[in-house]
Amino acid sequence: MSGLTTRPAPAMTFTQTLLDGHQRAFRAHTLTPMQKLTLRFVVVGLVYYGFAAIEGMLMRIYQIEPISLFSPGQYFGMLTAHPLVGIFGSSYLLVFGAFLFLVPFLMKKPLWSFRLANWTLWLIAGGTMTFWLDGFISHYAPLYTLYWPLPADFDQFHPLSGAIFILGVALIMVGTLFFVLNIFKTITYAPAGQERQPAGALLASALGITGFANLFRRRERRKEHLVSLPVAAIARGSVDTALNALVLTFTGVLILVYMVAELFGTSLKNTAVDALLYKNWFWWGLDLIADGMVLIFVAGTWYLLAMLITGKPLFMQNIARAALLVELVVSWTVWSHHLLSDQAQPEILKILSGEAVTAFELITQGLAFFITLATLWSARPLKMTNELKFLLGGLLGFALAVPAGIIQADLGLNRILHNTQWIVGPHVHVAILVGLTMTLYAAVYKLLPVLTNGAQLYSQRLATFHFWAHLVGGIGMGAFMGMAGLKGMLRRTIYWDGEFLPFMILAGICGALLLAAFAAFLLNIVMTVGLKGALGIFRRSPHDPRVLVPETPA
Amino acid sequence: MVDSSTVLWGQAIAYTIYVVGAMLLVGWFAYRVTRSREGRGVPPALFWTFFALLIVAGVSLHIVSYNTIPWTPTDVHRDSMDADKTFVIEVEDHEFSLPSMPMQVDCGDRVLFEVVSHDLTYGFGLFREDHSMLFQMQVLPGHINDVLWEFQNDGVYTIRSTEYSGPEGYGMIVEDAVVVGGCGEVAS
Repeated sequence: MSGLTTRPAPAMTFTQTLLDGHQRAFRAHTLTPMQKLTLRFVVVGLVYYGFAAIEGMLMRIYQIEPISLFSPGQYFGMLTAHPLVGIFGSSYLLVFGAFLFLVPFLMKKPLWSFRLANWTLWLIAGGTMTFWLDGFISHYAPLYTLYWPLPADFDQFHPLSGAIFILGVALIMVGTLFFVLNIFKTITYAPAGQERQPAGALLASALGITGFANLFRRRERRKEHLVSLPVAAIARGSVDTALNALVLTFTGVLILVYMVAELFGTSLKNTAVDALLYKNWFWWGLDLIADGMVLIFVAGTWYLLAMLITGKPLFMQNIARAALLVELVVSWTVWSHHLLSDQAQPEILKILSGEAVTAFELITQGLAFFITLATLWSARPLKMTNELKFLLGGLLGFALAVPAGIIQADLGLNRILHNTQWIVGPHVHVAILVGLTMTLYAAVYKLLPVLTNGAQLYSQRLATFHFWAHLVGGIGMGAFMGMAGLKGMLRRTIYWDGEFLPFMILAGICGALLLAAFAAFLLNIVMTVGLKGALGIFRRSPHDPRVLVPETPA
Repeated sequence: MVDSSTVLWGQAIAYTIYVVGAMLLVGWFAYRVTRSREGRGVPPALFWTFFALLIVAGVSLHIVSYNTIPWTPTDVHRDSMDADKTFVIEVEDHEFSLPSMPMQVDCGDRVLFEVVSHDLTYGFGLFREDHSMLFQMQVLPGHINDVLWEFQNDGVYTIRSTEYSGPEGYGMIVEDAVVVGGCGEVAS
């Protein structure tokens, strides 16, 4: 009789689960190199998210009370590092890791270069640590905007600290260009032993050239799309990623010339770099992240998640493809909304690029919002899984943040909003923390079983707390920052006399909620895979790197 | 003339209504998508209506703001407008140099503030006594940075740099720098 009954597994203690993972279901040795690599991207990305979150919280405290724990110089050093760590160290790694796995997964062929993907990870991780440490130790603080000639102002900063900072960013840009190369080669190459693929046609489909040409072809002569919609979104977002990397690299070299000259005793202080031309150039490149890559990658991720959650094709698929192409073109022409308060900027650029074209983002992102919801609606009733609730949170985040951005991209309103907490609260933080991060969390929850060969989440309660604390904390923090902004509170400065204290206390409470949400998520993931499992991710896998997931999950 | 604080109130109310609406919509969707029985998908007509709505919203914002926010046309056409008073302000080494202290403005005056930077990129903003912003602009070295503003309320205004110019820049504040009189109405 005893042979016929299944004895329930003995309950694991907290310590056992912490070490071995929930029900010992996660076994790192069964993972393929690609699964391990993707999880390494996720782990390092989450560590840097923690860096950014803790720094953010310290700055929130400083805005409530400028504590003596650190000096204004250190505060501005943090203010410089915080967005860069959040974007490059966290978001880039999470997104790049997911896409380096998903493109081959969706195209059913191995990644073009596993080694290059490894370089991407460690270059970005190392570059982030380089500039973060430099900022922490030397307080190099030109902010991410690098408005000329501040990054080369050697009355305030030492040229060596600036050079190390630029080196860190340069490493990230090299890793980024490796990512882009890997994505496009994976889309177009034919793996050994497989039939040769039409590289040009694949590239044309991925970039939207095929779809655009179809507009001018008779119905019977139209060509079919060779790559799926999510891959097309990744390819188009990668174009902006590459352009941005080139602009930042060029700018870094320019700044480096000044620093190296200063270090060798030659001051280039009086050498002419036009501050306005530089600002246009830099924002053109920088905006390819905020108004190009992020929006395109996010829309692609929404579409993929909606299709995975519902198992149904995307609503209005051709329109979605076209909108992604429009978004790409729009992203090249909207930079001037960052210069609406620059009086020397030509009015025609302010009105056309700053206002009119920028308004297109409301349309393209609005369509992505609608198409995703309509796809989900077509499969109702759906179970409210973690990935679905985080996806809805991400959709809500952009639904709030994009109109906030369109409002400030108006000549009249920008005159009274520019550089206030409104910009960085309801627009930037709600877009990144609620819109982007919740979308990324949805992808993490969805891909977790695929990447871990079926490991079960440790606690649904922790996941639910993670969702609500993050949603309320993110929207709340943005709202209170926005209220302070409407009352005149500036970003990028220090208020010593508690001028906006009630708003800053409330924003601080919401910030603490965000930090608690992250702690709950981290605990849940660590308890799911166990500390041994987490370390195992960083051990070499004996499996073939060309295999994405084991055929039979162990 | 409509004051900038009135515009900000209008914006706060409109955006708050929108935020509440968006949250209710997503909340309603989350509720219904998990409970409704299988049914028809979304009709394409609804999609195209939403598309049209987005276009109307995107275009109308700037048209409405241009026609209701009084300083926008002034800003766009300031080159062809005459100023009642001009103040040239210089900035260097994180300090403002004012032509006079305070700068006196009569009610209804259209004042041109021309700010010249001799080193870094700064900002220039006027703030009310309750710390709220009247207006601001960026100040770039090597360029003309000017803003034309019509004062319709009495008040005492503080100048602050509204752009980060390094760790030494946070103290760029000149209190009671602009005094407006003669309106008999104090700026709220």
